[in-house]
Amino acid sequence: MIYEDYVRVLYINLSTGKIRIEHRKDLHEYLGGVGVASRLLEETVKPELEPLDEAQPIVFAIGAGSTVFPVLTKTVAMFRSPLTGELGESYAGGRMAMTLFMAGYDAVVIQGRSCKPVYLAITRNDVEFKDARALWGMSSDEVGRVVREREPGRGKRSIIRIGPAGENMVSFASVCVDTYRHFGRLGLGAVFGSKNLKAISIVGDKSIPVKNFKEYFKVYQEIYNRVTDTEIMSKYHDAGTPINIEPLNAAGALPTKNLRQNVFEYGDNISGETFAQKNLIRKMACTGCPVGCIHIGQFRREFDKGHEYEAVSESYDYELLFSLGSFLGTKTSDEVLQLIELAEHYGLDAMSAGVALGWATEAFMKKLVTEEQTLVPLGFGKTQSYLKAIEYMANKRNDFYKALSEGVNKASDLYGGKEFAMHFAGNEMPGYHTGYGAIIGAAVGARHSHLCNGGYSIDQSMKEFDKEKLVSALFEEEKERCMLNSLVICLFARKVYDRKTILMALNSIGYNLKDEDLTAIGERIYKTKLRIKKALGFDQMSVKLPKRLFETPSMMGQLDENVAYELLGMYNKRVEEMMAGA
Amino acid sequence: MINMPKILKADGMNKCIGCFTCMLACAGVNHQNHSLSKSAISVRTSGGLQGKFVATVCLACRDERACAEACPSGALEKRPGGGVILKPEKCIGCKKCVKACIVSAVNFDEDTHKPIICKHCGVCTKFCPHDCLRMEEVPNDL
Repeated sequence: MIYEDYVRVLYINLSTGKIRIEHRKDLHEYLGGVGVASRLLEETVKPELEPLDEAQPIVFAIGAGSTVFPVLTKTVAMFRSPLTGELGESYAGGRMAMTLFMAGYDAVVIQGRSCKPVYLAITRNDVEFKDARALWGMSSDEVGRVVREREPGRGKRSIIRIGPAGENMVSFASVCVDTYRHFGRLGLGAVFGSKNLKAISIVGDKSIPVKNFKEYFKVYQEIYNRVTDTEIMSKYHDAGTPINIEPLNAAGALPTKNLRQNVFEYGDNISGETFAQKNLIRKMACTGCPVGCIHIGQFRREFDKGHEYEAVSESYDYELLFSLGSFLGTKTSDEVLQLIELAEHYGLDAMSAGVALGWATEAFMKKLVTEEQTLVPLGFGKTQSYLKAIEYMANKRNDFYKALSEGVNKASDLYGGKEFAMHFAGNEMPGYHTGYGAIIGAAVGARHSHLCNGGYSIDQSMKEFDKEKLVSALFEEEKERCMLNSLVICLFARKVYDRKTILMALNSIGYNLKDEDLTAIGERIYKTKLRIKKALGFDQMSVKLPKRLFETPSMMGQLDENVAYELLGMYNKRVEEMMAGA
Repeated sequence: MINMPKILKADGMNKCIGCFTCMLACAGVNHQNHSLSKSAISVRTSGGLQGKFVATVCLACRDERACAEACPSGALEKRPGGGVILKPEKCIGCKKCVKACIVSAVNFDEDTHKPIICKHCGVCTKFCPHDCLRMEEVPNDL
C-alpha cells in the first residue's frame, strides 16, 4: 500500500461468496507486482491438484508505483497454467492497475468456484457477486458492453472478461482487459472459466493524498519529460511494435509458415508501415502512459451481397502479425485483422492460436491428420480455412480440435509431428528466430516467454557469440525483470527506468531503498518463482526443443542442437548454484 | 495588452490517446492527490473504449456564470476572462453549482465536501503529450 509498510490483499472466495482483507507486512520486502503475486501464489497454489481444479487460485497484483509514475501501467496475473501445468504469469495494461490502485487493493486472490456463472463488481467499499448466467456464451466484446451499461464508475473503471474459449476451458484462452489489452498467455481465461467467473468490473475512485508533494512531483516531471522526449515515444507510438516485422524479416528472424522459413515473401504486405498506411485509424494508451502504443486497425467486411459492408476495428501488435500473419502465410493486412478479430471474439491467446494452427497445417500437409479431422483444408495463406479452424478450436468441435485446444505440445503427443510443434516447455513460441538467446531464453524463462529475459534482444545486441556471456546475460536479465515487474513497469519503458530512476521514484513515495536492495528483491522473487516451478513438477533438464529450430536457419545462421542443450545445462547450473546458496 | 487572462481549451480531443495524464497532473498539483476523482478535467470515452475520447472541462463562461448564480453563499466569484474562483471558506457544500453547470464540468469532492473548480491554471496542458489541450488568451471581461 502506498505510504504504508504493508500490502493490502483482497481475498475473494467464489464458493462461499465471502471476502476478507489482510494487511500483510511480511510481503513488503517483495515490493509489489510479480513479487507479491509470486508469494501469494506460492502460498495458495495446490501442486497436488489439476490446474483447473476449483481450489486453484488466481492472483492479481499491482506494482509498488502503479499509476503514481508514468508508464507503470500493468497488472500481473499469476496462476497454475492449464497450458504448461506449471507457473502461469501474464501481464495486462489498460485501466486495471489504475482502478485497483484507486480502489485501495494491492493484490487480489480469487479462490473457489461459483455454482452459477457470476461476474464480480469490485469497488473501494464493496465486492458484489452478480448473476452472469445470461452472459455465458457471449463474446468478450458483448459481455464488456453489458457490464459497462450495468455498472457505475464510467471513466474510472476497468472491465476484464472472457469469451467462449475461456468458458470452454481452452488451455490458451485469454482474458480481455478494457477491450484492447489482454492477459494473453498461458490460459488465464480457462482458469476464469473453470471458476464460472465471466467478468470483473473494478471501480477506483478513492482519495489518496500525496505525501511530500514537492519531491514527488519533481521526480514525476523528470520521468514524464524523459518518456516524452526520448526515442521510445517515436519507436512505440509512431508505427508501434509492428515496425519490427520489416527488420526481423530482412534479418531472417521472422518465423514463417510454421518456421519452415525464416523469411516471409509477403512480409512487406503485413509490415508496420503497410498497416499504418492501409488500416491504422487511431492510437490509444493505458492509463498513466503518455506514449500510447495501442494501435487500432480497421478493415471493411462484406457481410452480405448487395454492397452490404461493416467496418471492423481491432488492436494489433507485432506478436499477432507474426502468429496470425507470417506464421500462417497470411498475405494481406486485412486478412490478418480478420483472424485477430475472431481470436478476440472467442477470447483466445492470438499467439498460441496462430502457432497451434501452424502445426495443424503442417500435420495436415504431412497427412498425420486428415480433412475428416481438420474439417477444412488447412493450408498456409488459406485464411477462410483458418477462420473456421479458430472457431472449431474455441468450441472444441471434435477430438482433433479438442486436442489442439490444449496446445501443440499435447496435440503432437497424440498425432505426432513433435519435431515441428513449435513450443517451449508447452508454451507456443514467440515471433523471434534470432538465435540461441531467443531459444534458450524462452526455454529457461520462468514462464517460457520472450519477455522473461529478452533473449531475442540479447541475440541482436551481442557482437560475437559467446556461450558464457549469453548464459550470464539471460540469467541477470531474468532477475532484473523480476525486480522491474514488481513495480510493475511496462517493459517498453525499461530504458527510462534505470536503477537510479527507480530508486529516485520509490524513495519519493516513502520507500528507503538502495541499489543493493533492488538486486536482492530481484533475486528473492526469482527464487520464489523457481520454488513454485519445482513444486509444480517442472524440470529444466527434461525440456525438449523442437528439431525445426535447428533445421531452419536463424538470424545467426544454422543453429546446432547440441550447443543449445549445452547452453541449457550451463543455465541450469547457474540456477542450481543460486538455489543451493538460498 | 499585457497579462491577458488565459482559459483552457480542449479542442484537440481528436488527437487524444486516453492516457489520463492531464487528470493525474491536475489532481496532483491542485489537490495533492493521486486519485483521478480529484481532477477538474475529466476525460472519458463516449460509448466504451471503441468510442471517441471526450473531455469535460470548464468552458470559462463569461458575463453570466450559471454556477456562480446558483451558489447561495457567494463562494464562487467571477474569474477575470471567464469561469469562477472558489472561496472555500464561504462554501457550504450544497452541490447547487454541480447541478447548475450545463456541461457537467463541476465535479464534487466527497472528502472535502467542496466542488472541484477548474482554475484554468494550465497544468493539464503541460502534461498532454499529444496537444489535445491548450491555453487561449482572452480579454478580461470584468
